[in-house]
Amino acid sequence: MSFLLLAEAATATAWEQFLQHCLIGLTTGLLIALIALGYTMVYGIIGLINFAHGDLFMLGAFLAMTLLGTLGITGIEATSGGAVGGLILCMAIVPLFCGGLNWSVDRIVYKPLRNAPKLAPLVSAIGVSFIFMNIGLLWGGAADVNFPKLVSETNLLGASAIQFTVKDLLVVSITVPIMLALTLFVKFTKLGKAMRAVEQNPVAAQLMGIHVDRVISATFVIGGALGGVASVVYALYINTISFQMGFQNGLYAFTAAVLGGIGKLPGAVLGGLIIGLARSLGSAYLGERWTGSLVFTILIVILVFRPSGLLGRSAQEKV
Amino acid sequence: MNRVIPAALRPLVPEIVGLIVLLLFPILPLGWRSLHLPEVILFIPVQEFFDKLASQLPIIFILTILALGLNVVVGYTGLLHLGMGAFFGIGAYLTGILTVPGYPFEFGFWLALVCSTLGAALAGVMLGAPTLRLRGDYLALVTLGFGEVVRFSLRNLEEITAGTRALNPIPPPNLRWLGLSSGSWSDDMRPFYYLTLVMLVAVVWLLRNLERSRLGRAWFAIREDELAATCMGINAPRAKLAAFAVGSALAGLAGSLYATKLTTTAGPDAYDFNRSIIVLACVILGGLGSIRGVIVGSMLLVGFDNIVAPMLDGAIQKANINPSGNRFLMFTNWRLIIFGLALVLMMRFRSEGLLPARRDQQGGTA
Repeated sequence: MSFLLLAEAATATAWEQFLQHCLIGLTTGLLIALIALGYTMVYGIIGLINFAHGDLFMLGAFLAMTLLGTLGITGIEATSGGAVGGLILCMAIVPLFCGGLNWSVDRIVYKPLRNAPKLAPLVSAIGVSFIFMNIGLLWGGAADVNFPKLVSETNLLGASAIQFTVKDLLVVSITVPIMLALTLFVKFTKLGKAMRAVEQNPVAAQLMGIHVDRVISATFVIGGALGGVASVVYALYINTISFQMGFQNGLYAFTAAVLGGIGKLPGAVLGGLIIGLARSLGSAYLGERWTGSLVFTILIVILVFRPSGLLGRSAQEKV
Repeated sequence: MNRVIPAALRPLVPEIVGLIVLLLFPILPLGWRSLHLPEVILFIPVQEFFDKLASQLPIIFILTILALGLNVVVGYTGLLHLGMGAFFGIGAYLTGILTVPGYPFEFGFWLALVCSTLGAALAGVMLGAPTLRLRGDYLALVTLGFGEVVRFSLRNLEEITAGTRALNPIPPPNLRWLGLSSGSWSDDMRPFYYLTLVMLVAVVWLLRNLERSRLGRAWFAIREDELAATCMGINAPRAKLAAFAVGSALAGLAGSLYATKLTTTAGPDAYDFNRSIIVLACVILGGLGSIRGVIVGSMLLVGFDNIVAPMLDGAIQKANINPSGNRFLMFTNWRLIIFGLALVLMMRFRSEGLLPARRDQQGGTA
């Protein structure tokens, strides 16, 4: 990417704009990917589209806002030490909160429905999503809420026409290591191995002595925590939050998860990046108001023509 | 008692009693006003309740038709459909385009009603044909995505749909052959009340017959086990497509009535995901696949949403408990929680609904 930037910095602005949009797309794509991981992990393990995940993400952003508000951190003019401290605090508390909330929802709502027909947990998840959305509405009100601007927008590329700000760097430097850590975790730890085993065959996993319920709980906690991290980074990046953002971003993230092949962690990341690019390029060249339609059209087309996604294998449901 | 009611009608007694009450309701008013009910009984403002009920019942009938349409897809055939609001919107906007004076059509209510129903059915077939082979939860996502695309399109195609300003005024139905002038529609709630009630009864009659038809039995078979149904020679894709068509057609019919009742298409946000989910909540609360259940579920939830919640808000405002406009004290700010809880609790404790569909020993659904 940077090589291209250097080569083209001086020439046509249209090209620079294109690169700029790509850059924005990739950055927001990383955020979408982080949310998509929460969907894809839960789907991989218990085959549930966790509808409430997007709204969990929204609640995380509101918690971060309330935390910063209580600490009196309102903007970048606050001492940088305070801002950094507040950020670290948010990064610690919000993922804990989201992970814990996701865990309790699984315990209370989804767990009793494990053996019910498949649509029962899905409908419950929609119900939980509505409840979360309403809590967000009561928490933050119906209008958009401004989130404190804590990260500067200084361009790291100096005087270049292409902007890569501290904000973008923040997104990259938080999301990428987390994704790497998650991959290593799932590949090499005992719990990660157990997760993959449960994903392949819950009954066989249980027979091998894996505590399936504990693995499912862990999945919900990790997925929720990823959503929590995403919510803080998103709020810092976009600077406006609203009770409806969970629905929108949740759908984008779910589309990303399906696009990459649901249940596959690398798929979620790839899908997130593609959706991010589609959104950013779509709003640049098709118009802002058509991006929603574009993303959902991608969702429909992918589901119809390649339901297993880009990286997934096709599986027969019942023979 | 048993001799008075013919055996064939006996299972229908609740429906008939309900219908008689609903038929008499607007005539009583002379009734309920002349009863001189005290304005407030046991802290319940009875007078206000009945007035609200009278004005909202047509809307409740219309949304019941919508819920019955969703019931064909979700309840009979077992396909989770999360985009019914879109077909409701398609019906409303087709009626708007075909009747509003700004357009060259000006078909009038009846032709527009037929066109909206058929148009929505066509849209349902167009969505269903490529997507119905998808697994259950993926199908749910596709319908949801379709619903959002329709909503975005309604908002963005401003040259056709007037965007958020919506299409209006939609003219009232022409019922001159009944001796009703078109002017009376806005002053008198009764013509519309009976129009929607007749439509609802017609839909219920149609669905009761469909349930026992070859197609209806094919739907139930697919719901119970698609593989087994296919093995018994049922053309599952075609039956599912038919369910989509019938469900969407009913949604389109409801949308057409809705727009005519409101005299406007009410803007794209009236047909969003929330609408689809609220209708789904009505169906699930009442009982998947049970006509009687769906009617009761819609009456309860829509009645709560359109009558009880505004009344509570009005009472709070009148009592001046909430002069500062605290959002926690505004009842409408709690309605999503109510719908969400309805879904969660029903799934957990009574997934068959309040009035479940009867399934007899032979395995069919009566």
